[in-house]
Amino acid sequence: MDFLIFQAPMLMVQASMDGILLGILFALIAYGMALQWGVMNIINIAQGELVIMGGYIAYFMYLSGIHPAFGIIVSPIIMYCVGWGMYKLVINKVVDKDLFTSILATFGISILAQQLMNFAFGADVVVAQSNFGTTMLFDNMVTIPNAKIFSGAVCVISAIILVVYMRKSKLGRAIRATAQNARAAKILGVDTEKVYAATFGINAALCGIAGACIAITFTLHPYTGLPYTVRSFMIVIIAGLGNLPAVAISGMGLGVFEEWADYLLGTEFRIAAVFSLLVIILVYRRFKLSRKREYLK
Amino acid sequence: MNKLVKLFITSISAITLTLVSFTSSFAKVEGEYIVLGSAISLTGKYSSNGVHTQNGYNLAVERINKMGGVNVGGKSYKFEIIYYDDESNPKRAAQLAERLIKQDGVHYMLGPYSSGLTKAIAPVTEKYKIPMVEANGASRSLFTKGYKYLFAVLSPANQYLEVAIDLAVEKNGGKPVKIAMAFEQDAFSQDVRLGIVDAAKRTKSKIIIDDKLPKELNDMAATLSKVKAVKPDVLVVSGHTKGALTAVRQISEMKVDVPMLAMTHCDAAKLSKQHGKASEYALCASQWHKSLSYKDKFFGGGMKYAGDFNAKFGYEPPYQAAESSAALLVFKDAFERANSFDTKKVRDALAATDMQTFYGNIKFAEGGQNVSKPMVLFQVSCNDDGSKCENKVVAPTKWASAELVHPIPSWSKR
Repeated sequence: MDFLIFQAPMLMVQASMDGILLGILFALIAYGMALQWGVMNIINIAQGELVIMGGYIAYFMYLSGIHPAFGIIVSPIIMYCVGWGMYKLVINKVVDKDLFTSILATFGISILAQQLMNFAFGADVVVAQSNFGTTMLFDNMVTIPNAKIFSGAVCVISAIILVVYMRKSKLGRAIRATAQNARAAKILGVDTEKVYAATFGINAALCGIAGACIAITFTLHPYTGLPYTVRSFMIVIIAGLGNLPAVAISGMGLGVFEEWADYLLGTEFRIAAVFSLLVIILVYRRFKLSRKREYLK
Repeated sequence: MNKLVKLFITSISAITLTLVSFTSSFAKVEGEYIVLGSAISLTGKYSSNGVHTQNGYNLAVERINKMGGVNVGGKSYKFEIIYYDDESNPKRAAQLAERLIKQDGVHYMLGPYSSGLTKAIAPVTEKYKIPMVEANGASRSLFTKGYKYLFAVLSPANQYLEVAIDLAVEKNGGKPVKIAMAFEQDAFSQDVRLGIVDAAKRTKSKIIIDDKLPKELNDMAATLSKVKAVKPDVLVVSGHTKGALTAVRQISEMKVDVPMLAMTHCDAAKLSKQHGKASEYALCASQWHKSLSYKDKFFGGGMKYAGDFNAKFGYEPPYQAAESSAALLVFKDAFERANSFDTKKVRDALAATDMQTFYGNIKFAEGGQNVSKPMVLFQVSCNDDGSKCENKVVAPTKWASAELVHPIPSWSKR
C-alpha cells in the first residue's frame, strides 16, 4: 500500500501538529499523576474521572452562559477542593499501605465517581462550544482548531507555573522534601499530612485544567475517564517520576507517534501501536538495567 | 441444639422459597392483567436512552389499556410491565431476565436498550422459550443466530446508512461514488459498516477510506485529514453519540469539505442542539420520524404521537421511544390473533405479524428482524444564526418532506 501521508506531505505537518497538541494535554494529566505518585507512592486510577469532573465544571459554566474557556480558572479551584476532600476521606488511610491497597482504593473511587457523575450530569455525551475558530496554514492544507492551540498553551503555562512554584515556594520545597524522604522531612518539621493533602489537591487541580480543555476540544461523558488514566499512566512509566521535561516529551512523543501510526498502520491499530511501543520501551529498559547490574557484579 | 436450630431455619427457608416460586409461577396473567417483563437501563451509560425506551413502553401501555385493552378469549385484559434496572450492564441484564422469567413468572418479554444488552438477554429468553419483542437492538448478529423467540420491530443495523449511498449515487447521475467511512469498533457500528460495504458493491462504488475508530477514541483528526486530502463524494460516520458529536465538531473546526455527510445517532446526540449551525446539512439515519405518514388506531399518526408524548413527558420523542411504543402494539396484535396465552401460540402469532403502526409497517423475517419498514434519512437544516435547527426527512423519496441540499456548501461559504 502506498501511504497517503507520503503523497501529501502536508499531512505530515498536520499529523505532527495534532499529535503534539494532543500529547501536551495528556502530558499535563500525566504530570499530576507523576507528582502524587512520586510524593505519596499512590497510583491514582481515578485520574481520568478527575479530568472528566473538571470538564463538567467548564461545561456547566458554558450552560449558564459563561464562556467555557474560563473553566481553566474555575475548574482547578473547585477540583483542588475535591482532591483535598478525597485525600481527607480516603487517601490518607491508604497512603502508607502498599501499592495494591491504594490501587484498589482509587479504583473504587473511580467507579463511585463515574456513577455519581452519571447520576448528577446524565448519561448524554456533551460538548462545550468555544467558538474560537480555526487557524489555517499552508493555503488551508493544514487546519488547527484554535481551541486546541488554546488548550496546548494553557497546559504549557500551567506546567511552567507549577515548576516555578515547586522550586520557589515553601510548600513546593516541602513537597519535594517529602517526595525525597517522608520520614526525614517529618523529623525536620514538615507537616507531611498537609503536604500529602496539598499534593493530591494540586493533582486534582491539574486534572481540572485538562478537563476544561477537553470540554472545548473533545467530548465529555461520565464513563470516558479511563483512557485518560491509562494514557497518563503510560506517559509516567516512560518518563519516570518527578521529571517534568521527560513527561512533556514523552507525552508529545506518544501523541505524534499515535497520529503517525494512524496514517501508516491504519486507525484500528493506532492504540495497539502505542501500547506496542510501550512494551518495547519497557523491554529495552529492562535489558539496559540488567546490563548495568552485570557491570556491578 | 445449635444444629437443630440451623436445620429448622434451613427447612423454613426452603419451604418459603418453594411457596414463593409456586405462587409466582402463575404470574404471566394475573386477574385482568397480562404481565410483561423488561430489564432496562435506568442507570449507567445507557440511562438516557433507557428512559426513552421506558417512556415509549409506558405511553403505549397506558394507551392500549385506555382503549379497551387486549381481547383474548372474549375477555379484555390490560398490560402491565415489571421493570428492573439493568445498570447498562449486559451480565446484570441476563441475570434480571432469568429473574423475571423464573421468579416473577413473566412469560412475555420486552427488549432492553441497545444491541449489546439485547444480545445478553436473547439467549435467556430463547432457553425458556419466552417470546420477546424488542425495539432497541439492531445489530445484525441478533438475527443470524436462528433465534425463534426474538422479534425486533426495528430495521437491522446494516440498513441504517445504505440509503445514503444510494442517494449519493443518484445525485452523481447514477454513476459510482467515492466513499470515505469511519466506524467505531463495536458490534453496532461494524454492522452499519457491512451495510455500506454491500451498498458499495451493489453500486460499484469505491471505498477510499475505511477507518475503524478505537472505542476509546475521542479524536478523529487523522481520519478527517485523510478525508480532506482524498476528497470523497460521501463521508459516512458511525460511532454512537460520541462519534456523531466528535465528527461534527472536528469537521467544522478543521473545515473539512465533503459533498455529503451521513451518520447515525444524530438525535440521540442532540446534535443540532449541541453544535447548532455546525451540524447543518448532516444526513442522519433514523428508524422513524414524526412526519412519516404511517397510521394506526391507537396513536393516529406520527405527529399525533409526538404531540401526546410531548404532553406526557415534556420532550419530543426520539425514535427510540417510538419504536418502543410500537413493540406493545405488536404484542397486543399477536395476543389477539393467537387468542391464547400459550407462549408457543403467541410466538407463532408474532411470527405471522403483518401490520401498520404509526411507527411503520411491521413484518418479521425468518431471523426476527423487521423487513417491511425502510430507514429514513433526515437532514439538519438551521435558520441563519443557527439558533433553531430542524430535522427534515429527505430520503427515501416516498417519505421526503424537504429537498436534499446537495452538495453541502463549502465552509468558506458557510
